[in-house]
Amino acid sequence: MDGDSTRGAAVVPPSARWEHFAHGADIGVRGFGVTREQAFEQAAVALTAVVTEPLGIAETGSIGFACQAPDDELLLVDWLNALIYEMATRKWVFGRFTVRINGQDLAARAWGEALDGARHRPAVEVKGATYTALRVAQAADGSWVAQCVVDV
Amino acid sequence: MDLTLFSRNSGYAWEISPHGAMRVPAVIYADESLVRAMDHKVYEQVCNVAMLPGIVQASYAMPDAHWGYGFPIGGVAAFDAGEGGVVSAGGVGFDISCGVRCLTTGLQVDAVMAVQKALADGLYRDIPAGLGSSGSIRLNPAAMDAMLSGGARWAVEQGYGVAADLERTEERGRMSGAQPECVSAHAKQRQRDEMGTLGSGNHYLEVQQIAEVYDSDAARVMGLREGEVVVSIHCGSRGLGHQIGTEFLKRMVMAATQHGITLPDRELACAPIDSAIGREYLGAMRAGVNCALANRQILTHLVRAVFARVLPAAELALLYDVSHNTCKVEEHMVAGRARALHVHRKGATRAFGPGHPALPDALRPTGQPVLIGGSMGTASYVLAGTQAGEALSWSSACHGAGRAMSRHQAGKIWRGRQVIDELAARGILIRSPSGRGVAEEAPGAYKDVNAVVDAADAAGLARKVALLEPLVCIKG
Repeated sequence: MDGDSTRGAAVVPPSARWEHFAHGADIGVRGFGVTREQAFEQAAVALTAVVTEPLGIAETGSIGFACQAPDDELLLVDWLNALIYEMATRKWVFGRFTVRINGQDLAARAWGEALDGARHRPAVEVKGATYTALRVAQAADGSWVAQCVVDV
Repeated sequence: MDLTLFSRNSGYAWEISPHGAMRVPAVIYADESLVRAMDHKVYEQVCNVAMLPGIVQASYAMPDAHWGYGFPIGGVAAFDAGEGGVVSAGGVGFDISCGVRCLTTGLQVDAVMAVQKALADGLYRDIPAGLGSSGSIRLNPAAMDAMLSGGARWAVEQGYGVAADLERTEERGRMSGAQPECVSAHAKQRQRDEMGTLGSGNHYLEVQQIAEVYDSDAARVMGLREGEVVVSIHCGSRGLGHQIGTEFLKRMVMAATQHGITLPDRELACAPIDSAIGREYLGAMRAGVNCALANRQILTHLVRAVFARVLPAAELALLYDVSHNTCKVEEHMVAGRARALHVHRKGATRAFGPGHPALPDALRPTGQPVLIGGSMGTASYVLAGTQAGEALSWSSACHGAGRAMSRHQAGKIWRGRQVIDELAARGILIRSPSGRGVAEEAPGAYKDVNAVVDAADAAGLARKVALLEPLVCIKG
C-alpha cells in the first residue's frame, strides 16, 4: 500500500508521501518529506495505514505529544511508539499529524477520532515500532526519509 | 540462502563456524529446502546473536526461522550470568510469553460439526478479538500487581478455570521472580481492559479435529484420540508485554555502551544479567509472562462457557500451555556439567524430554507437549520433547510455520471475503472483525507447516504425536 498525503494538502507539499515496505513477518513504514519533520509526519500516516485507511478518519479531536531521544532514529521510534500507545489506550485512530523537532526534542500533534470498528475495519493491532530497518536520512537532493519496521 | 555458507553436520544441522566477532558457532536446524528458502537475514541474525557476551555453546535457529528483530524468529540462545552473560529484550520480543494452549474436549468431530455454526458464532461473540476489543475485567492497581505476580494461579483463584489447569501450564501457571514494581505505569495502563482478549495479527482461537496420530503411546498419555476435537488458543501478554518490550529495548540500547557492549544490531539490545537494568528487565519480563498465562487462562474460561452452552457434553481439559517468547533460567548440561543458564527462545518452544522434573507426573513419560500452530486452513501439530533435544538446542523446537511472504504481499494477492469463502467450502468457518486482517493471514502467506514439523522431527528436536486440522477459527 502506498499513497500521497492528500489530507492536509494545504500544508504538505506533493513531495511528502508514505509507503509500506515488506518485512518477513511484519511490515515497514516509510515517510518521505522535504524536511525531517515531514518525513516523521508521513511515517505516522504510514503507521496508521497499517491499521486502517488514513483518509477515512474524521478529525473530531487532537492530542499533543512530546518525545526526547539522543538521535534522529531513536526519536522516530519514540514518536511512533507514543502514537501506538495512545492508539491502544484511548482506542483512537489518527489521520493527520504535525511534527516539530528541535535538537533532541520532538513536539507533535495528531488529529483523529475514536476507533469505530464497523467504519474503520481495522486490519491489525500494532504492538510496537522497532529498530529493524530503522533509518532517518537526508538524500542528496535535500529530501528526508524516515522508516522502520513495526511489529504487528 | 547460499548453502556454501554452512558445513552440514548431519542431515538437518547446518553449522556456521565462528568468524568476525562471533564467540560461538551458529547452527540452523532444517532440511535443505527450508534452508535454501530462508531469508539471508536469518544467517546475519543467527550470527549476530553468536557475538553477544556470555553466550554458551552456540546460537541456534529452528526450522521455522525467519527474519526477526535482532534475534531471528525461531532463535534460541543461552547465556551464563557468571561469564558476563546478557539478557536481551529483543531476544524475548515484544509479545512476551506469546504462546499456545491446547484443550481436549472429549467430543467426536460429528458432534461438533452438527453445531459448527452455532459454536463459531458463540465463540466469536464471547471471545474479544481484534483491535479495539476490550475484556470485561477491569483491574485496579492492587489487582493488576496480584495478576502480574500470580499469573494463571491468580486467574484460577479469581474463578477463571480449575486447579488442574495449573499442573498443565509451564511454570505450574506462575513464573517466579516477577516484579510488578518493575512494570511501568504505561504498561499497566495499556493492559487495563485487555485481560481476556485474543489480540490480532497471527493470534487465533481454533476448534480443531485430531486428523492423524503418529505416536499412539504419547497421544494416549496426552488424551489425544483420532477423530476427536480439541481447542487451541494462540495469544500472549497483550499491550502490557508490548509496552515492556518497547521501553526496555530503548533503555538497553542507550545503556549498552556503559556496559561495554558493542551491539551488531540495535535490535539486539541487551544488558548484563548481573546489572541493575538486566535485573529490572527480568522482573518486568517475568511479570509479562504471568500476564500472558493469566490471559490464556481467562480465555480458557470463556471458551468453556461457550462450549457449556452449545455442547454441554464437552469436558474441556487443558493438555498443556507453552510459551514461545521467553527468557527462562534453566539447568542444562554443558560439557558434562550442569549449569544454570538464561535461555532465550524467540519464536521457539521449550521441548523438555521424557523424565524432566519440570513436567507434571502424567506427562513425564512422554516429554513435554510442543504445540505448533499453523494458520487458518493449515494444520497444527502436537509434538513431544526428546532427550536428544537437550544437547541439540537446549531442549527447544519450532513454534509454527513462519511466514512465506509479507503482509504487504499477502494483502495484494488475497481479499478477506475470498479467503473466508474458500475455507468455508472446505468446511472451515472463519470469524473475524477484519477482512483485511484475514487476507494478510491467508494460509498461502505461510510456509508449509508440514515441512517445518517434519524437519524438527527428523532433526531430533521433538517427535510428532498428532496432526490437528481446523474446523472453526476466530481471528483478531
